[in-house]
Amino acid sequence: MKVAFVGATRGMGRALARALAERGDALFLLGRDAAEMARSARDLEARGLRAPVGHAPLDLGRPAGFAEALDAADHALGGLDALVVTGGAFGRQEELAADPARLAALLEVNFTGVVLLCQQAAARLAARSGGLICAFSSVAGDRARRSNYLYGASKAGLSVFLDGLDLAYRERGVRVLCVKPGFVKTAMTAGLPVPPFAGEPEAVAATVVRAIDRGRHQVYAPGIWRWIMLVIRALPRAVLRRAQF
Amino acid sequence: MGEITSAGLSLEPVAGWGRHPVERGAVARPERLHLSPDGRPVLPRGLGRSYGDAAVPAAPGALVLETARADRVVAFDSERGTLTCEAGLSLAEILRVFLPRGWFPPVTPGTKLVTVGGCVACDVHGKNHHRDGSFGRFVDRLVLQVADGSVVECGPERERELFLATVGGMGQTGLITEVTLRLRPVESAWMVVETEPVPGLGAMLDGLRDAGKDWPYTVGWIDCLARGSAVGRGILMRGRHATPMEAAGRRLPRGLPLTVPVDAPEWLLNPLFMRWFNYLYYRLHGGALKRRVVFHDRFFYPLDAVGRWNRLYGRRGFLQYQCVLPRAAGAAPLTAILDRLGAAGAASFLAVIKDCGPASDAYLSFPMEGTTLALDMAYRGAATLALIHALNAVVIAHGGRVYLAKDAVTRAEDFARMMPRLAEWRAVRDRWDPGHRFRSAQSVRLLGDRA
Repeated sequence: MKVAFVGATRGMGRALARALAERGDALFLLGRDAAEMARSARDLEARGLRAPVGHAPLDLGRPAGFAEALDAADHALGGLDALVVTGGAFGRQEELAADPARLAALLEVNFTGVVLLCQQAAARLAARSGGLICAFSSVAGDRARRSNYLYGASKAGLSVFLDGLDLAYRERGVRVLCVKPGFVKTAMTAGLPVPPFAGEPEAVAATVVRAIDRGRHQVYAPGIWRWIMLVIRALPRAVLRRAQF
Repeated sequence: MGEITSAGLSLEPVAGWGRHPVERGAVARPERLHLSPDGRPVLPRGLGRSYGDAAVPAAPGALVLETARADRVVAFDSERGTLTCEAGLSLAEILRVFLPRGWFPPVTPGTKLVTVGGCVACDVHGKNHHRDGSFGRFVDRLVLQVADGSVVECGPERERELFLATVGGMGQTGLITEVTLRLRPVESAWMVVETEPVPGLGAMLDGLRDAGKDWPYTVGWIDCLARGSAVGRGILMRGRHATPMEAAGRRLPRGLPLTVPVDAPEWLLNPLFMRWFNYLYYRLHGGALKRRVVFHDRFFYPLDAVGRWNRLYGRRGFLQYQCVLPRAAGAAPLTAILDRLGAAGAASFLAVIKDCGPASDAYLSFPMEGTTLALDMAYRGAATLALIHALNAVVIAHGGRVYLAKDAVTRAEDFARMMPRLAEWRAVRDRWDPGHRFRSAQSVRLLGDRA
């Protein structure tokens, strides 16, 4: 694949970009911090099979720049055939609830930004021979919890969008994969209490690569979260009301 | 599990691999290494495989900076095998990425679950010390963030004193953020290994010396419960990287990942069980000379195959004791140490014995020309401490020293007697870190840092 990658410098994105590079995919990084992207590009070149790994600016909070960023990726890769978006914003419930500006920014990035970017990329890919859109949503979007529903809402909207995008575009050759990570130990979740079944970024990356190869439209990572969420989605509302999470 | 502090740090118990002692720390695991501008004391920590208190917080709630997420390759010269990486990259990852391309860590300790930064800070050694020396010899350049926040490059030719104080300096000169090291070219991922039983200590020392002439990797396993004329009885192992011809057609070993699920009960580690285990090990490898071709993991990292094996020593944890004695001291102090262990009935699975080559120029580097002995002891309170102090007395009397990556017990005054260049090291450290910002439970104990 020839992949434009948003979020490859950190956490699960870093692990997934490495997994793709190591199996021979060509990568082009998009993001806000040029210095960090340059550093990750060197890492991916050293580990991967295809160099160079280029990068260009993209801010998920500024959709006006998306076309230019995709152009840059297209140009560098000689026609991209995949977009991976692991980037996004995270905030704790209490911080988001207390700060409307921060909440607005999170919704803007996690929902509006990713939706507009994927929509644009899907149109581009459909106009050629098709390709892959893979974006990271979250199990937090599967069922509201009082401790996490603001972040969860941004991801719930994204999950529905990705589901629909797959329905709309698959017959035009564009596969869409919605990744729903459970709790994964990364810098993003640092300091949060670690629940049972917490996963490692490398395990998530391996799961996602498998799902890409199998043409799936949705994957929980680590896989155990599929069953955990099956149970949580089935919980009666009365239970959620009383539960402290 | 841990509670949360406001800065996104988690307060959690922090211990070395021996699980004694334990102290609560505020742990940060950043993807990019940098010090906070507030000048707050900090303990850099890698993957936590040092056994004692080297990576244990100096005081309850002290800041611990875990480096393992800062693991990017910065540059790799595929002609020369020169690797520049962030300090949190592990030897396991180096092997995973670069061994298929024919490059191997120049020096590796008995676990690959260590960071490159930790290898520098401990100046680790391996089975090739007699020939190649310790890790620092293969380091061309370090990048440190020092106490005042400035970023300093050092190496054998640049800021040499800071370099020599940092190699083996246990993280007390600054935060190591980047390392440039020279990997070793190898022809395969396999090892040609010979094992041979030896009847006693004298034969073991002779065997190590002879094997070292032709073999790049040598080590001995000692049955440390053998008594009398059998003291030092054990297995001598020698190895070298296999050629493609020797490795041809071999299939990767498939082993189920094993993990010790819970703390073992303390009665498991009684002297009878230990005697039986040691005897069995000796018998299994005994008989005659054996020559095999094994995967590198089996030769270098047999214990990595068992996740969390440190739980075998039970809830109270264990201490590892490793000392080195100069060649001139002969076999006498080694015999004395093994005798004392036997007399104390101190349980140990196996003891490892290895001959070392010349010492490094780094001030606090552990190895010196002579013989090193490493063994585990279940932690059983005052009796264990007394035993270690007694062993230390033997080591000091013969001009040897102990390995800080293992130590949790040695007294400051004993340490000063073991380290002839401690004053030089202190002078360099004080120049770069006058307030002793980089501190650990170990530096409080051995160097008199404030807790």
